[in-house]
Amino acid sequence: MSGLTFVYLLVFPGFLFTAVLGLLVGWLDRKVSARFQFRVGPPLFQNFNDFFKLLGKETVLVKDGLRWLFVAAPLAAFGMIVLVSAMVGCALFFRSGYGGDVIVVMYLLMVYSIMVILGGSSTGNVYGSLGAGREIKLLLADELAFILVCLVPIVKSGYRLRLEELLASQAGAGAFIGSVSGVIAFLVGLLCIQAKMTLPPFHIPEAETEVVEGPLMEYGGPLLAFWKLSHFMMYVLYPFLLILLFFGGFRLEGWGILWAVLKYLLIVVLMIIIKNTNPRVRIDQAVGFFWKIAAPLAFAAVILAVMGV
Amino acid sequence: MGWYKKRLARSLWVFHVSASPCNNCDIEILDLLTPRYDVERLGIKLVGSVRHADVLLLSGVINEKVAPKVRRLYEQAPKPLFVVGVGTCPTSGCCFKNSYNTVARREDTIPIDMYIPGCPPKPEAMIEAIAKLMGVLNA
Repeated sequence: MSGLTFVYLLVFPGFLFTAVLGLLVGWLDRKVSARFQFRVGPPLFQNFNDFFKLLGKETVLVKDGLRWLFVAAPLAAFGMIVLVSAMVGCALFFRSGYGGDVIVVMYLLMVYSIMVILGGSSTGNVYGSLGAGREIKLLLADELAFILVCLVPIVKSGYRLRLEELLASQAGAGAFIGSVSGVIAFLVGLLCIQAKMTLPPFHIPEAETEVVEGPLMEYGGPLLAFWKLSHFMMYVLYPFLLILLFFGGFRLEGWGILWAVLKYLLIVVLMIIIKNTNPRVRIDQAVGFFWKIAAPLAFAAVILAVMGV
Repeated sequence: MGWYKKRLARSLWVFHVSASPCNNCDIEILDLLTPRYDVERLGIKLVGSVRHADVLLLSGVINEKVAPKVRRLYEQAPKPLFVVGVGTCPTSGCCFKNSYNTVARREDTIPIDMYIPGCPPKPEAMIEAIAKLMGVLNA
């Protein structure tokens, strides 16, 4: 571990950059959602105010429940997100590996969901357990489609797994979004991200009206701040991952910077539009959608990619 | 602490405590949270769990049956916490003041920081009260 590794992890593509950008994009999400409802919406630094306010509040530990897991789960989940953002960011900005490939990224993102499940069920709260159960079902639903979506760029790049090799392959042969299989996989991937971030229409585990934020119900103060921060960091992480897998990454010189911003904004705005125009689906509808429609589509995309289309 | 209080003033998450109300103030609170008044521009958000709350919006005269639950909700919420009494009932007891099951002293059950009189108060009055709370925190 050199000093530069810590800089990557904690400052530039990792924690600080992702957190600040994520909180700002979280504001964009809230503002655009407010405009959808003909409201004014929150001020620019609202998410920063929320985060610092939560950090200064009292931590209430649960009486019946596993206390160490209750504290450890949000911190571990936050660590996973920082690690993945450093890996994806290093590949995008520096074209260097940070020792990770697509399989590690998929694995760490799944560990985040498992941390949500453990944190929710450690509270000893009925709604927390219900939310954790729903998170398990959602994970079972979207994971297969997500893996198949990640498989498409791997196949198209000639079975390469490392993130920077995927980028190098796209730099040579054009972005994978330019092919039929790439378009299908990107669209399915967009919906998988919606489910992985538990955004509407797949905010089943955190449904405010039924299970009152589910796994997060018993969390208050700094621990809730870490959950919220991880969630806002995913607003950066997942679009970056899609850009890496399908849009050929960033070229940070000249007009490339504008293209980079446009690619990122396109994905974020698509996510916000899907979020605001769809009501919450039931668990069986979500599982049915991912297993009967999304996963076969992604599988078809993989077969098309193998055929070279 | 001044810096933190300014952050707190810009991000008050409210939790709605119904302490045996007649439902009239509750309807006005729901009106307050509609897009027409848009309290999110002040950083105010309605939360479903008391663990996330900074402000308890208490409506209704507290009777003997609900008093222990109100006390428990107050103790479950992480501090710093503010309690805003919405309507005439938390303010003065309204017409239920001498009722057989109304608690004698509401302040013994839950310390109320701010009162909004009115039966029910208009959403504008509630926004003014929250703005006063923000002014106290910003001072």
